Amino acid sequence: MSEKRSLGFYVLAVFFILFVLFLYGPLSAVFILSFQGPSGGLTFPLNGVSLHWFFNLFERQAVGDFGASFGRSFALGLMVMAVTVLVSLLAGLAFRRRFFGATPLFYLTVASLVVPSIIVSLGIGVLYQQIGIRPAWFSSAFGAHLTWTLPFGVLIMFAVFNRFSPTYEEAARDLGASSWQTFAHVVLPMIAPSLIGVGLFGFTLSYDEFARSLMTSGSANTLPLEIYGMTTNVTTPVLYALGTVTTLFSFLVILGTIGLIQLLQRRRVRS
Amino acid sequence: MNNLLTRATPYLQATPLTLILGFFLALPILLLVLVSFWDYDFAGMYPGFFTFNYAETLGSWVTWRTYGNTLKFAFLVWAITAFLGFWVAYFLAFHIRTTAMQMVLFLVCTVPFLTSNIIRMISWIPVLGRNGLVNSTLVSAGVIDQPIEWLLYSDFAVVLAMVHLYTLFMVTPIFNTMMRIDRALVEAARDAGAKNWQIIWHVILPLAKPGIAIGTIFVVTLVMADFSTVQVMSGGQSASVALMMRNQMSLLQYPAAAANAVVLLVVVLVMVAGILRIVDIRKEL
Repeated sequence: MSEKRSLGFYVLAVFFILFVLFLYGPLSAVFILSFQGPSGGLTFPLNGVSLHWFFNLFERQAVGDFGASFGRSFALGLMVMAVTVLVSLLAGLAFRRRFFGATPLFYLTVASLVVPSIIVSLGIGVLYQQIGIRPAWFSSAFGAHLTWTLPFGVLIMFAVFNRFSPTYEEAARDLGASSWQTFAHVVLPMIAPSLIGVGLFGFTLSYDEFARSLMTSGSANTLPLEIYGMTTNVTTPVLYALGTVTTLFSFLVILGTIGLIQLLQRRRVRS
Repeated sequence: MNNLLTRATPYLQATPLTLILGFFLALPILLLVLVSFWDYDFAGMYPGFFTFNYAETLGSWVTWRTYGNTLKFAFLVWAITAFLGFWVAYFLAFHIRTTAMQMVLFLVCTVPFLTSNIIRMISWIPVLGRNGLVNSTLVSAGVIDQPIEWLLYSDFAVVLAMVHLYTLFMVTPIFNTMMRIDRALVEAARDAGAKNWQIIWHVILPLAKPGIAIGTIFVVTLVMADFSTVQVMSGGQSASVALMMRNQMSLLQYPAAAANAVVLLVVVLVMVAGILRIVDIRKEL
């Protein structure tokens, strides 16, 4: 395996580094500019370094209700995460066997992925209006977000079970385990890292979702709606401070999840 | 009794998914089809069967131009993300030697995509703006005298931001299919005397096609549905189909927006069906 690296490798390595810079470059510009001094503007250079705009962010009147919209997005993300994990797991188990309507359900799931988000938003908005229920972030927006997170969850579970050998379950059954015991003590520990991954997808996709919340979140904004409103009204670096705070929060969630998956895998290896 | 329960199990397991997608996806879309034939004015919507929403939409040159513009964005973003996605995935799958390193580098690519789209979009403003990083660097280096105006608030900015937002949706499926290419095939091609580019062109590219197809579905549908990137990055100077719908929605012209939605949905589904003829996704998962 220790053959010499070809020229192609170095060309592609440079290409890859440039790609990563392209991904992270603009984000780091926002990060740096959020520490802009009190008299600084939306662009470089920095007029001193301060935490002014972070404090500004938490003063309620200055930029709208950042705290409350964050709370709503966070709660919604957790709700979507829980339901996505549970429903995807069940659907993944269902798809392991043949059942009437499996193919249409599969295509409905794929359709959920490709139907433009704004159509889902409009459709649910009009539906609630016609039924006569007020749209709210915990009902209609919750459903709208699920149409985006569930297909990811179901397709991931589909892929996981495609590679899952039934011999483990057969062995458990031969040893006298009931079907519930087989599931709880054999299947579940093996797919746990994938389930956590599905949860991460569910949470972050919902937490960042914008278009699907547009017509469905009612009078109370979720965080992305709040941020989008700010892009047109706010002309100070407070916008970047908000960007930095939410991005750091996302990073924390991702790192925490990866850590959790690592921990689970290490435990499995040990036992 | 036990046998009956066993037979019913998959139905019980599939029920929550069916109910959720039925109520929040299928039903709203059926309702939109219905509403697209309704009449409306500033005060409300009136059930009936009228075709003028479609006549207005399809008879207006603005619609056709907007579709042209949206398809142009879709094509440009697709071409660029496919190029980037293929080479990034190829580098990760065939040039990185340990699985651990592959996963670390892949995660490095993934992390930005799990953060807010809107933040990532506005993060281009300090880079591309009139006094942004690119312009001030070029001016102070003496390359240009005047800041370039078309970097931000232009079609260029829209395409750049979309590539930035959506490339991972191309990288991931291609990387996934490439990882499953049997390395023996590459060895065989090398033993038979194939050069590197011949291996890429005749072995890897054909085998990576399903991944490219799935990535294409993602990118094309995301671009076709996009309105926020077009609105923010073009500074309101460019249009997309979804943005046109968004404007009708903010004027409460729901039946008109619904007619637009139905047309857009048909266009997107036809495109996806076309791509699905090339690839069977159930096999690729």
